[in-house]
This record gives sequence, structure tokens and C-alpha cells, in this order.
Amino acid sequence: MAGDGTPILEVDALTLAFGGVRALSGVTFPVARGSITSVIGPNGAGKTSLFNSISGFYRPQGSVRFEGQSIERLAPPKRAKLGLARTFQNIALFRGMTVLDNIKLGRHAHMRTGVLDALFYLGRARREEMELRRDVEERIIDFLEIDHIRKAPVGSLPYGLQKRVELARALAMRPKVLMLDEPVAGMNREETEDMARFILDVREEWGVTVLMVEHDMGMVMDISDHVVVLNFGQVIAQGLPRDVQADPQVAAAYLGSGNVDDLRAKLGADARKVA
Amino acid sequence: MRIASAKESYATDEALFDSAVQRAWFAVLLLALALFPFTVNQYWAYLACLAAINVISATGLNILTGYTGLVSLGQAAFMGVGAYTVAVLEARLGTPFLLNLLLGGCMAAAVGMVFGIPSLRVKGLYLAISTIAASFILHFVFANWTSVTKGVSGINVPPARLFGIDLDTPFKLYWVIVPLAVLMLLGAANLFRTRVGRAFIAVRDRDISAEVLGIPLLRTKLTSFALSSFYAGVAGGLWAYFFRVVTPESFPLLMSIFFLAAIIVGGMGTILGGILGAVFMTLVPELLKLGVGVVSPFWPEAAVVLSPVRTVVFGALIVGFLVFEPQGLTEMWRRTRRFFHLWPFKT
Ligand SMILES: Nc1ncnc2c1ncn2[C@@H]1O[C@H](COP(=O)(O)OP(=O)(O)O)[C@@H](O)[C@H]1O
Ligand SMILES: [Mg+2]
Repeated sequence: MAGDGTPILEVDALTLAFGGVRALSGVTFPVARGSITSVIGPNGAGKTSLFNSISGFYRPQGSVRFEGQSIERLAPPKRAKLGLARTFQNIALFRGMTVLDNIKLGRHAHMRTGVLDALFYLGRARREEMELRRDVEERIIDFLEIDHIRKAPVGSLPYGLQKRVELARALAMRPKVLMLDEPVAGMNREETEDMARFILDVREEWGVTVLMVEHDMGMVMDISDHVVVLNFGQVIAQGLPRDVQADPQVAAAYLGSGNVDDLRAKLGADARKVA
Repeated sequence: MRIASAKESYATDEALFDSAVQRAWFAVLLLALALFPFTVNQYWAYLACLAAINVISATGLNILTGYTGLVSLGQAAFMGVGAYTVAVLEARLGTPFLLNLLLGGCMAAAVGMVFGIPSLRVKGLYLAISTIAASFILHFVFANWTSVTKGVSGINVPPARLFGIDLDTPFKLYWVIVPLAVLMLLGAANLFRTRVGRAFIAVRDRDISAEVLGIPLLRTKLTSFALSSFYAGVAGGLWAYFFRVVTPESFPLLMSIFFLAAIIVGGMGTILGGILGAVFMTLVPELLKLGVGVVSPFWPEAAVVLSPVRTVVFGALIVGFLVFEPQGLTEMWRRTRRFFHLWPFKT
């Protein structure tokens, strides 16, 4: 089920260097509205750098357009407010806060409560906080099945649940594009399946476009509409999952040999593991 | 369990005091505060006022340092800004007491915000040093802007007047200072039920991911500086009415360290911490003094011998807290409460 119309996000000729290391060179690809687009590539290929460039931490050359608007000059909080939400490869939750507070933080940019409202907790502050609580409970906590841990401090939770809480927080941001950096890394098979289902449901029920970096080939091939392959900071292939699988260059990047059948075999094994 | 019924009672669940027991204890506490002055002499009323002023300022610093993670050694100087503002308004213009306090808070907030600008670039020890600079610059201004501050001789402050009554004793001031402290504490507690307070904590814990969530760092940090200095300014204003004279030496750097110590001893990043810490730091030296007083009839040299010991004991108590209870008095309080919660069924 590919999205259609103009791309919601367009990455155009992004180039980024750290000293001598070219983390990204001329990276260009579209993210179709409503699609699940995956970025894959070996370690060090530049995937996280790409995400950091899109969310505004790095200032690469080239441009990023979000719903047709150039955003490369905007600071990260502005991009967040436009509807770019993300999770991190190494979970970036606030460990001392409860699950509920972590999720609530996601809504920050969409709320108006000022200092005076907050001190008195009347009128706007109370109204907004109550609305937020209801929305978080009914749309996010229920949806991600984390009712039982809402009051738990995040630091006490197992890894898989923390990943889920981070997704919840990103959803609280009312995202248009949800960027997930390795959402199932380090998860067991059951957790991976849950996460894959959540990602599909998010797209389905919330109409959110998903851009993800993932190493789990089985999951990538199963749920993506469009796959972008990075190697040494360059896009070496992109297209439908099956076309990317059939690309000799991709096989070379992953296996060191250009034999596509080997890649298929490896991916097949991964896919069975997930399914 | 409460969690199971949460959907029906979000409002209850989000309340400041979320159980009847807590509300009852709060009422008891308020009642105790209201009866306190009638049961003690002026000396204890004096100490209570001083403690309440320190609680306000420590709570302000706790917002900045404990909750937002920005270490500041400028709190006393910002109190000075509030105190001078109030002194000038009261002595020169004779504007109403409560208005002066409000303006003192606002002036301190503005000044605090300016000195908070470096916080975008520097953190931790470096920020602490840059706030020391604030302390020196403000001291210089207090001492040298003689046309307004009267230089080193300072400003004498007429007593606060409310409803035609001169609030010229600790007993009378108690009725303004303590209620104000309670209100400002409730305000601070409210803050952390909303997006504003959450953003502070987010900036403290992980500023990078705070930005990704749409929290602008500079703005949030400056807001925290402004609020914290507002608390300092009001505390300083009360201080001016309490001691009735404001000089450049009234708010030394040592006093800023006192507040930092108070929130560390009390517990950083908790409202209770600011209260317990400030009360502890204000009262313990007095209690030690009292202890010396008690033994001196039996041991005439006690004052001479024990006075230096008193200072050492106070210092040792602070160090003891840092080492044995880094979470501060608040954590000890929680443990005690848990104990009585379960006792006698479990221990
Ligand atoms: N902050 C940084 N400073 C210096 N080099 C970096 C930094 N971030 C990434 N790199 C380098 O850029 C390249 C791409 O890294 P990264 O984007 O993390 O890859 P991936 O996420 O695909 O594993 C690597 O060679 C890495 O060492
Ligand atoms: Mg990475």
C-alpha cells in the first residue's frame, strides 16, 4: 500500500562531513505521504547522521523539504512543531520521569499554557492538562497497551517497553512524519512482531507517514513500501523491497559479494524469523 | 487500585494532593502555621519569618538548579535586586507594600533573565562561575549607583503597612510572610503539573531530546532563570521589610552558597526539598546556639568553648548529608513515611 501524491518529505542532495569522514554525500530520496519508507545499510553507512540532519541537529549541505517547505534552516524544536517526530537508536527517554510524564512531554509544542497559567493552575493550564491526559490515555496508552506501567519511572522498565514508551511520546507530538531509528534493535521476536504491528497500525489509524532505519531485514521487507539503501553515505539503491533485494550492489554492500541469491537467502531467513 | 479507575478520575489523579489523607495533613499543617505565633515569643516568630523568607528563595533556586539543572550562585544577588527595588519604592515613593513586593520580584526576574543568557552556552561549574560574576556586578551596582542606592550606607526601609497597620514586629510580619511563602510554594508545585515544569525537567535531564520534542532550550532556560529570580526578588523584598535596612553587604556571595547548600541538603528537584533544606539551614545554627545556652548555667565557659564547635558541627552536618543522604532530607522523610505507612504490619 504505497502512498501517493507529492512526497511529504523530500531529502535532496544532503552532504555532511565530520572532519575527513563523509557521513552523507548527495543523499536524495522522497518519502511518500502515508508510506512506510525504510533506510537500510551497514553500520556506519550514515543512517543516524541522516536522521540527525532531518531533525535539525546537524547542518548538512543540501535541502530538506517538508510538505513542500524548506526546513533546513529551522531549529529542531520548530521542525518538531511542524510534525516531525522521532525516536532514537539509544532510547532518549527521561529516565527519572514516569511513563505518563514522558509521553506528555511530547505534546509540549502544541500547548499554550504559560508561566502564569501554570503557577495558578487555573483556566487554560487546567483545561489543557486535562485534555492532554485524556488524549494520552485514550489514544496512546490504550493503543500501545502500556496501561499497566503509566506511573512507573521509565528507568525501571525493560528495554522493549522503553522503546514502546518512546514511540508513545513521539505519537503524542501529533506527528505527520514519524522517524524511528532502529525501533526493534535488541528486541526478541515477540517484541519485534508487536512493534511491527504497532508501526502498521500507526500508519493505518493515525495516517502517519513512517520513515525508519532498521537492521531487521525481515521486518523491513515485510512492512516497507519504499526502501532506501545507504552505503558509505551514498544511496546505492532505492525502490520497492523486492527490487532492492534483487540489486547486486546491495548484495555487495551487505555480503561483500554481488550474488543476489545469497542476499535473498539471508533475507528469507530473517523474514521467516520474524513472521 | 487507583490506576484501574484512572479514566474516570483524571482530575483527581492529577490533583496536587491526590488523597484525602494528604489534604487532611495539609489542613493540619496550615492550622499549625496559623496557631504557631500565639504559642511562642518574638524570637521564635523572628526565626519563623526568616525561615519562610529563606524557603521562598531556596524554592526559587530549586526551580532553576534542582529542576532545570542550571547551577547558580547568583540567588542572593537577585534577592538584593528585589530588596533594593522594594527599599527604593517604599522609601521614595511610598507605593503599597504588596505592589512593591510584586515589582521587586519582577525587577529581579528581568535582571536574572539577563544573567541567564550565558546558560545557553555554558553549564555546570562554568555557569556557576558566570553567575558569580552576576553577584559581583550587582554588588558593584548596589555600592556605586549612589543616587539610587545611597551607596555603602544603604537605604533605611520604613515598616510595611497593610490595612493601616504598621508591620513592624516579626509577629505582625509573620501574617504576611508565611502565607506568601505557602502561596509561592503551591505555585511552584503547580508548575510541575504542567508543560512548563515538565519542560524544565526535560532540559535538565537531556537537552538534546528536549529539543526534538519541540522544547526551545534558550527560552526554557531563561524562563527558569526569570521564575527563580522572581522568587528571589520577592524573598529579598520581604527581607528588606523584615530587617528594615538594605546595604550592598546584605546579600553576599556566601548567602548564595547558603541557598545552594539548602537545596542540596533538602533535596534537589523536589518542592519539599526547598522547604526542608531552608528550614534546616536556618534553624540548626540557632538550635545549636540554644544548646550552648542550655548548658552555660552549669558550665560558664560553654559559650567560649562551644561557639567554634557549633560552626564545625553545622559544617559536619552538611558534609554528612552530602555523603550519606545525597537525595537530601526529602528522601529521609519519604523513608520515614513509608515506614509508618506499613507499620505495624510490616517493617
Ligand atoms: N558526531 C560525529 N562525529 C564524528 N563522526 C561521526 C559522528 N556521527 C557519525 N559519525 C561518523 O559518520 C559515519 C556515519 O555514522 P552513522 O550515521 O552513525 O551511521 P549508522 O547510523 O548508519 O550506523 C560513521 O563513519 C561515523 O563514525
Ligand atoms: Mg545508527
